[in-house]
Amino acid sequence: MMKLSEVPKRVKNFPQGRAYKRLRKILFGMKFTDGLFYKVSVYALLISLSYIYLYPVLYMVTGSFMTMEDIIDVAVQWIPSSLNFVNYQIVFSEIGYFSTLFDAVYLAIVPAISATVSAALVGYGFAKFDFPFKKLLFILMIMTFIVPPQITMLPMFRMFSQYNLLGSIRAFVYPAILSNGLNAAIFILIFFQFFRMVPKSLIESAELDGANAFTIFIRIIIPLAVPSIIIVFLFSFVWYYNETYLSGLYLRGSDLLSLPLRIDQYISNFTSIYPEGSPARERMQAVKLAGNVLTLLPLLTLYFFTQRYFVESIDRTGITGE
Amino acid sequence: MNLKAKLFHNRLINMHHDHVILFNRLRIQITHKRRSSVIGLSFISLWIVGYLIFALYPIAYSFYLSLFKVRLDGGAIDLTFEGFNNFAAAFLYDPYFVEILIEYVLEMLLNVPITIVFALLIAMLINQPIKGKAIFRTIFFLPVIITTGPVIRELMNQGATTLPSIESYGIIDLIITNLNQAIADPLQALFDTILLVLWFTGIQILIFLAGLQKIDKEIYEASMIDGAGPWESFWKITLPQIMPLITVIVIYTTVSMSVFSLNEVIIYIQNVMLGESTVGTLTTGYGYSAALAWIYFTVMVLIILLFVGLLSIRRRSRV
Repeated sequence: MMKLSEVPKRVKNFPQGRAYKRLRKILFGMKFTDGLFYKVSVYALLISLSYIYLYPVLYMVTGSFMTMEDIIDVAVQWIPSSLNFVNYQIVFSEIGYFSTLFDAVYLAIVPAISATVSAALVGYGFAKFDFPFKKLLFILMIMTFIVPPQITMLPMFRMFSQYNLLGSIRAFVYPAILSNGLNAAIFILIFFQFFRMVPKSLIESAELDGANAFTIFIRIIIPLAVPSIIIVFLFSFVWYYNETYLSGLYLRGSDLLSLPLRIDQYISNFTSIYPEGSPARERMQAVKLAGNVLTLLPLLTLYFFTQRYFVESIDRTGITGE
Repeated sequence: MNLKAKLFHNRLINMHHDHVILFNRLRIQITHKRRSSVIGLSFISLWIVGYLIFALYPIAYSFYLSLFKVRLDGGAIDLTFEGFNNFAAAFLYDPYFVEILIEYVLEMLLNVPITIVFALLIAMLINQPIKGKAIFRTIFFLPVIITTGPVIRELMNQGATTLPSIESYGIIDLIITNLNQAIADPLQALFDTILLVLWFTGIQILIFLAGLQKIDKEIYEASMIDGAGPWESFWKITLPQIMPLITVIVIYTTVSMSVFSLNEVIIYIQNVMLGESTVGTLTTGYGYSAALAWIYFTVMVLIILLFVGLLSIRRRSRV
C-alpha cells in the first residue's frame, strides 16, 4: 500500500513528469503555433467568422422557401416545413424573371466590355510611354476614385437629360468607354501594373521588325494580358450588375431596369396595396427573399466558376509592392 | 493610299520621316522621345477626353452650382447667386443634415478601424497552414460579389444583418445606460450593423493576404531562434511590413463605405436633389444638394487625412 506521505511528492513532481511534457507538447507544440490548442482556436475562429459571413445568405435562402405559415410560426426558424417553390413562382411570373435578367445582364455586360477595352488602352499608355505631365495625369486619374458620385451626379444627370441619354444604356456606356465609368481608376491600375512588367525588349524587337505601336498592342500585348482582362471584366461586370444608385437615377421611369431595381419596384408596388401587418404583406417577405436569391444567383454561379480570378486580382494591382 | 496622302500631307500637318511641319511654318523634329510621347498620349487620350467630360466638368460645374440658388424652368436653368449661403444653410438651418453628418463621422471613426482589424485577423488566420484554405477564402470574399443595395436593405429590414446572439447578451443596454449618448449611439449602431461592417472586408482581406504572403518566412524563423514568440513577431515583423498596405486599405475602406448606396447622407443628398426633401423654406434643389455633396466630400477627405496622419505618426515614432 502506498504511504500517504508519498502523494504530495508525486504531485509536486508532476509538472516535470513525462506525461505532462507530452501533453504540453501536444497542446502547445514546440513553438506554440504547431500545438493542438493553437490549431483548434484557429479553426474555431475561422468557422465562427464564416458563420457570420454566411448568415445572411443562409437566412435568405431558407427564408425564400418558407410558406406563410412558416413565417408566422415562431417554432420554424431555419428549416422550412416543406420545400416549396411558391415564392419563386411568384417572382418568375410576376416579374418576368428571364426578360428582366436579360436586361440586367445586358446593362452590365456592355459597360463592362467598354470599360475593359478602354482601361487596357489607358493602362498601356501610362505603363509604357513617357510624356509630359505623366505623373500629374496619373495622380488625377487615381484621384477620381475618391470623388463620390454625389459630386458629379447633378451635372451628369443634367448633361444626360440634355442629350437624351436618360433611360438608355448609353448613360453607362459612354463614361465606361472613356475610362471614367464605375471604379475605372482601379481597372486602369490593374492594367498599368501588369503592363509595367512586360519586358521592354519584347516591344523593341517588334518595333525593329517594323510593327507600329497599335499593331504591337493588339498582336503582342493583348494576348499576354488575358488574365488581367478577365479580372477587370469580371469585376466590372459584378460592379455594374450590383450598381443601383446611379442606375436608379439615370434609368428612373424607363423600361430598362437592373434586376435588383426591378424586384425592388415590384415589391414596393405590391406592399403599397396591402396594409401593414396583413397576411399578404407577411408573405411578401418570403417573396422578397426569393427575389433576392434570384438576383444573386447569376453572380453566385459566375463567382463559383471564376473565383480563381477574383482571388488573384489583388496580386495584379501591385499595391502590395513588387 | 490617296486618302493617307491627304491625311498626312496637307497645310495643317505635313509629315516627313524625320520631321513634321505644322501650319506650313512650324517645323518639329521627330525624335524618339517625342514620338513615344505622342503615341503614349494617344493611348491615354480616351481617358483624357473622359476625364474632361465626366470628371473635371461635372466637378467644376457642381461646385459652381453650389454657389447658386437653382431653379429649373422646363429645360432652362435659372440661377441666383448666393455666395456661400448654401453651405452656411446646411450647418445653420438643416439640423437633420448636421445630425446624419455627425453620425456618419462617428460611424466611420469606429467602422474603419474595426474593418481593418477584422480583415487583418481573417487574413492572418487564412495565412496559417490550415486545411480548406480555398473554401474559407471563397466564403470571406463572397460579400464582394453580393453586396448590392436593395439586397442588403432587404436583409437589414428583416433583421438578417444583426446577429441574434449579440443582442441577447445585453451588452447594448449596458452601454446605453452607462455611457454618454454621443458614444452610445454609434456603438449601438455598430452592434446593429456588425455584420454589415464585416461584409465590407472582402477586398481588404485579399490585400492583406497578398501582403502577408510576400513577407519572407526566414525572418520569422530567425526571430524564433532569437526567442521571439508569435505575439512579438506579429508586432515586430508582420505589422511593420504591412503598414503601407494599411494606408491603402484605410483609403479604400473609407471611400467604399462612404459611397455605399445605403449611406444615409447619400440618400438625403439624392432626395434633396430630386426635390423630395424640403428644408423648411430653405433653398432646396440642385444648388443646395451640390453644396451638401461638397460638404460631404470634404468631410470624407478630412477623415481619410486623419487616419493617414495617425498612421504616419505611429510609423515615425516607431523608427
